[in-house]
Amino acid sequence: MIGSLLAAAQNADAPVLVAQNVAFGIISVLMIYSAIRVVTAANVVHAAAFLVVVLAGVAALFILLGAEFVAITQVLVYIGAIVVLFLFGIMLTRAPMEGSEKMSRDNWALAALTGFVLLVLLGYTLWDGFGKNKIPADLQPTSTGALSDVIFGQYLVPFEVVSLLLLAALVGAIVIARRD
Amino acid sequence: MFLNQFLLLAAALFCIGVYGVIARKNGVMVLMSIELILNAVNINLVAFSAMWFNTPGANPLAGQVFALFVIAVAAAEVGVGLAIVLAIFRNYKTVDLDQVDLMKG
Repeated sequence: MIGSLLAAAQNADAPVLVAQNVAFGIISVLMIYSAIRVVTAANVVHAAAFLVVVLAGVAALFILLGAEFVAITQVLVYIGAIVVLFLFGIMLTRAPMEGSEKMSRDNWALAALTGFVLLVLLGYTLWDGFGKNKIPADLQPTSTGALSDVIFGQYLVPFEVVSLLLLAALVGAIVIARRD
Repeated sequence: MFLNQFLLLAAALFCIGVYGVIARKNGVMVLMSIELILNAVNINLVAFSAMWFNTPGANPLAGQVFALFVIAVAAAEVGVGLAIVLAIFRNYKTVDLDQVDLMKG
């Protein structure tokens, strides 16, 4: 990332968005640290708290990319609903709170190797494929009106299918979790 | 801003999520790792949507619409997933995935 910043600074014909790049750096460092803590924390509630940081970082990236409605939806749905659902799940399953029990499987080293190899492969592919692509410097925030025009015009049928899927998932969750 | 900044960050998040799915014992923690993976995908979709911002003939909002769909599907997935974890806890008195081996997987 520092390399890409330097490359952008040397490229005179393209305007360099210093504030955006600094914000991106801070957000990305916070997000990576918190994501690692989510998968390594011994305390389950701490992991949920770090998950909130990651989700808020994703929302901040959406704002950086001009997707305001998606960012607000991310905060409402993820931080507002899904994290609370996770906390209820932690509470109801009486997961270990002190971190005395082992939280990782014995094959965690193999899992780390898998993740690392995947990261190297993905990183090389992305570097090779999109190394020169830039986000347009004159990027304007998307208006919610334009987004709703697309959702209720071109993507109306997928939208209805998603609402049906949510209904089916709701009914399924009640049927599975109900004690009878 | 380079497109790769966002794509590489999303790739890192994705790989951390894959590690969590494989290495965690607690069922709730595995679901949290899945959320990391889905968020990485969302960053990719919105970044590509921003890249096509002023390309004539492209639909720059398609990526954001798909990100919204992914958020909705993730909400449905968490609901059903936590219901399954609760059912497992009621029948086995544990959420340790190593001890849930009825199918000998």
